[in-house]
Amino acid sequence: MNQLKELLLVIFQNENNLCIFLRLAGYLIFAPIVGGLLAGIDRKISAWMQGRVGPPILQPFYDVFKLFKKEYIVVNPFQNLYIILFFISVCLSGSLFFVGANFLLIVFVLTLAGVFFTLAGFSINSPYSHIGAERELIQMMAYDPMLIILAVGLYLVAGSFDVNEILAYGLSDNGYKLLLLLPAIFIGYIFILTIKFRKSPFDISVSHHAHQEIVRGLTTEFSGKYLAVIEITHWYENVLLLGIVYLFLSFNPVLAIVICVSLWLIEIFIDNVYARFKWQLMFKTTWLVTAITGITNIVILYYILPKK
Amino acid sequence: MSSLSRSPWVLHYNATSCNGCDIEVLASLTPMYDVERFGILNTGNPKHADILLVTGSVNEKSAPVLKTLYDQMPEPKVVVALGICASSGGIFAECYNVNGGADKVIPVDVYVPGCAVRPEAIIDGVVQALGILEAKYKNRRRGAVSCAR
Repeated sequence: MNQLKELLLVIFQNENNLCIFLRLAGYLIFAPIVGGLLAGIDRKISAWMQGRVGPPILQPFYDVFKLFKKEYIVVNPFQNLYIILFFISVCLSGSLFFVGANFLLIVFVLTLAGVFFTLAGFSINSPYSHIGAERELIQMMAYDPMLIILAVGLYLVAGSFDVNEILAYGLSDNGYKLLLLLPAIFIGYIFILTIKFRKSPFDISVSHHAHQEIVRGLTTEFSGKYLAVIEITHWYENVLLLGIVYLFLSFNPVLAIVICVSLWLIEIFIDNVYARFKWQLMFKTTWLVTAITGITNIVILYYILPKK
Repeated sequence: MSSLSRSPWVLHYNATSCNGCDIEVLASLTPMYDVERFGILNTGNPKHADILLVTGSVNEKSAPVLKTLYDQMPEPKVVVALGICASSGGIFAECYNVNGGADKVIPVDVYVPGCAVRPEAIIDGVVQALGILEAKYKNRRRGAVSCAR
């Protein structure tokens, strides 16, 4: 083990580079496993809530392996390029987060990933795909302000946009202030998580459930391994989003993990309780919640925090 | 069991069924029978589906739709004819406006007769279809290998 570490140190020159590499590799390898298990738990618990036995926990992995075995049908040669770019952007965004880079950059790359996903939908001349892509754009317009406000709030409290610095602040003695000074922003972020996890009532562009009025929305025209890539990308994204929740609560790792797990369970509950909203209602409620939680919190912070 | 038979996604098409079989298809998704135990999902999208469930006899109007749905499904795929109407045309076979069973338009792999077909029979038919799905996948791979040579 020590020899391995010495060898890695020779390759990466110092401890810091090695640490970055290990975090990057850890995210890229373990995020799909964790994301897939979370999706499996989601399906199992959903089934229990509906009084069914439900599929095995590993069902999402079987689905993805099956999709890799299937033929893929191409309508437009560019459609799969956009899916690959979507995958790369989400992986890049997550990697930047777990390496500890600039939080604003992470938000922008995540938005770019969403843009590639909508472009994939728009590149195909299918009405269902177009409706899905338009709805995805509306979703992005709805949740993006909250992400930016989240970045600003973290900056105001921790004094830096760098995730490393924010984490260092969270692990310091006054780390609890991240949650104490940004409670409303935390709630607002949890609210938009429902959109990002693609859960009812906000699963208006793509859904895992059998809502069939727009067939499968954005993913209607994707089949075989490219559909599997969309699914895996979604797992990467979920882990990144839960990672941001962890960042808020990093002063107490046990509490942070408990909150992450309970958030996932609450999302499953909400998913099962609500039907789909219309896009107007989703847009209005999300911006209203953003205004009430996000902007109010920033304004109050302006008065509370000492002037520089 | 490979991942192919652990996660069959079905597409259901009502050719000209009286809705008897359709309701039984939906009944097999409910907590009573819960086909999601076996990873079976109702997709409603031919491009995501592995198994096409056809109910009702086929007529001039529904034949092209059924053909299109079948063509849009990615290989490997299987077709299950549910109910006696989809299997042979049933009591409507002699009607002047009915072509016959689903096999008049597309190749059918499993016939599940019944009027209306029982959910247990539907599940049994789908499970038999899974074996055919595996065989088709193996044949397809063998074909691809022999093409490459």
